[in-house]
Amino acid sequence: MSKTLFDKIWDKHVITGEIGEAQLMYVDLHLIHEVTSPQPFDGLRSTNRRVRRPDLTFATMDHNVPTKDIFNVQDQMSKLQMDTLVQNTKEFGVPLASIGDDKQGIVHVVGPERGLTQPAKLIVCGDSHTATHGAFGAIAFGIGTSEVEHVLATQTIWQIKPKTMGIKVTGKLLKNTYAKDIIMGIIAKYGVSFGVGYAIEFYGETVENLSMEARMTMCNMSIEAGSRTGMVQPDQTTFDYIKGREQAPKDFEAAKNYWSQFYTDDESDFDETLTFDVSNLKPMVTWGTNPGMATPVDQLLPAIKDDNDANAYEYIGLHPHMKATDINLDYIFIGSCTNSRYEDLEIAANMMEGHHLAPNVTAWIVPGSRAIRNRAIKSGIAKVFEDAGCEWREPGCSACLAMNPDKIPAGKHVASTSNRNFIGRQGAGSRTHLASPAMVAAAGIAGHFVDITADEFV
Amino acid sequence: MEAFVRETGRAVVMPNDNINTDIILPKQFLKNILKTGFGKDLFYDWRYNADGSLNEAFELNKPEHKGASILITGDDFGSGSSREHAVWALTDYGFRAVIGGGFSDIFYMNATKNGLLPIVLPEENRQILRGIQADEYIRIDLPKQTVTYKDDIFHFNINSQWKEKFINGEDDIDNTMKYEKLITAFEKQRPIFL
Ligand code: SF4
Repeated sequence: MSKTLFDKIWDKHVITGEIGEAQLMYVDLHLIHEVTSPQPFDGLRSTNRRVRRPDLTFATMDHNVPTKDIFNVQDQMSKLQMDTLVQNTKEFGVPLASIGDDKQGIVHVVGPERGLTQPAKLIVCGDSHTATHGAFGAIAFGIGTSEVEHVLATQTIWQIKPKTMGIKVTGKLLKNTYAKDIIMGIIAKYGVSFGVGYAIEFYGETVENLSMEARMTMCNMSIEAGSRTGMVQPDQTTFDYIKGREQAPKDFEAAKNYWSQFYTDDESDFDETLTFDVSNLKPMVTWGTNPGMATPVDQLLPAIKDDNDANAYEYIGLHPHMKATDINLDYIFIGSCTNSRYEDLEIAANMMEGHHLAPNVTAWIVPGSRAIRNRAIKSGIAKVFEDAGCEWREPGCSACLAMNPDKIPAGKHVASTSNRNFIGRQGAGSRTHLASPAMVAAAGIAGHFVDITADEFV
Repeated sequence: MEAFVRETGRAVVMPNDNINTDIILPKQFLKNILKTGFGKDLFYDWRYNADGSLNEAFELNKPEHKGASILITGDDFGSGSSREHAVWALTDYGFRAVIGGGFSDIFYMNATKNGLLPIVLPEENRQILRGIQADEYIRIDLPKQTVTYKDDIFHFNINSQWKEKFINGEDDIDNTMKYEKLITAFEKQRPIFL
């Protein structure tokens, strides 16, 4: 029978249960961080349960990490969560990449980087951006805290199979437009909930030509479209990325043969399909308070249609007759599991090389992992940022959600490579404008957004 | 988990759409390492003024709504971050059910794990429910899958497994360990490199 990529992987993981009801699924990789794990470990302790498969579990620290002075955790609650993770992983025998460790970083950056993220796996983590790992042709989704406890104890999870949606991406990207613009463009067009109840697969020539890093950016933001899962079929690009990494399969050829059977047989297998053409796609910038409130950089901000728009404009301090290029920026943030991988930093550094930040702009560059940080220092791009006047930070979630010291002050506008522009997300009263690393870097130099597809940039 | 069979309670109406988990429980409260005590922080930014004093205009703060156990809301409740703390805050506050036009998948699942009954009703039903006065009651009957308010009885859908779980107040892990043999057998046949 003809099937989708999602169906094929799903079927390989069902232990029991019928489609349409909750089915018991086996979990191949369970990623853990300090925020959503204390209660689950506590639950295990109080019921005398063990972690069933510590070998399929991996923990790191990211949300609370101070990125300026990584060992100096001032906030007592943050320190407690981080210390609790150290204790819990030790007690239950779970591998941990703690602060200072070569492997530490944002959980969704570290999984792929270690080679833990592989095609055809079922991957879960107590964090909604787990969808990122779907870029490898895995089923990956975020779970709640009770589910974390359940997976720790049983290595399984009950799930109702979602419907599938194929998003075919066609056309060639303009110079200086990126995967971030594609996913933001799709969400701007179809809204923040068109994916609810669906597992999304991105496919088509445009996607095939994207790097793993770019595919991760797209899958990462599937959650902003309402879906829990975004995925891309594994191909040679995927295999090349995994090969040689620390946790890559020992018998790589056997693994590759196994992985190669996972693809969608026919477009008609999807429950729903969309097509998105990128040929004329301009760099995208959000003007409002959800990721769907985005506009191409060269166009006027949209008219007010309803209360949501009116409230968003009021919070963000902008007006419909402006353009994104008119937004005066106070901060730029390059980081987060959406865009903090080496390739993202390299793109941003290329934009900044030989320039200096606009006066009044503060810039935080936060690599997604220590490995990325080290590589960037070695290759010299860290110096490019520093020479441009940016702060070059330690790895963590940082200002993506500001549950650490990295908070954007109230009323300040920040151009950010992260994934959410909700009210207060980057600090109480902060005004977030999401965009690609290239756009954010160029905006830092100019002090406002610029159309980087215009002649002087390409 | 506390079982849910029937609930007769007073209701608070918060008709907005898209109440996301950041609104339900702002992230500064995620640092707790316990599951309890979040009720006082529920809807924090709406419930308290900037100086920390009570925002008396906010529904939850009106004395006549004290002790309400049912929340009536709009579409797309619980979107955004997957934090289960949002559900814990609602239950710790004393809510036993949320009636909305729709819920984000993750929020819905989290609710089912913590005895908070998510009920999806169409706008025409909710429009009637929104007329509820502070001293009036709504009755929820899970076995019959009905919401009763005055003379109106609205039927809602719920997956039979969730329904059973609510009614029995079962612990998920115990339930799953009934399948221990199947899990072990499954584990043995996984490809070696997974
Ligand atoms: S970088 Fe942001 S979105 Fe990603 S895991 Fe951290 S807080 Fe969540």
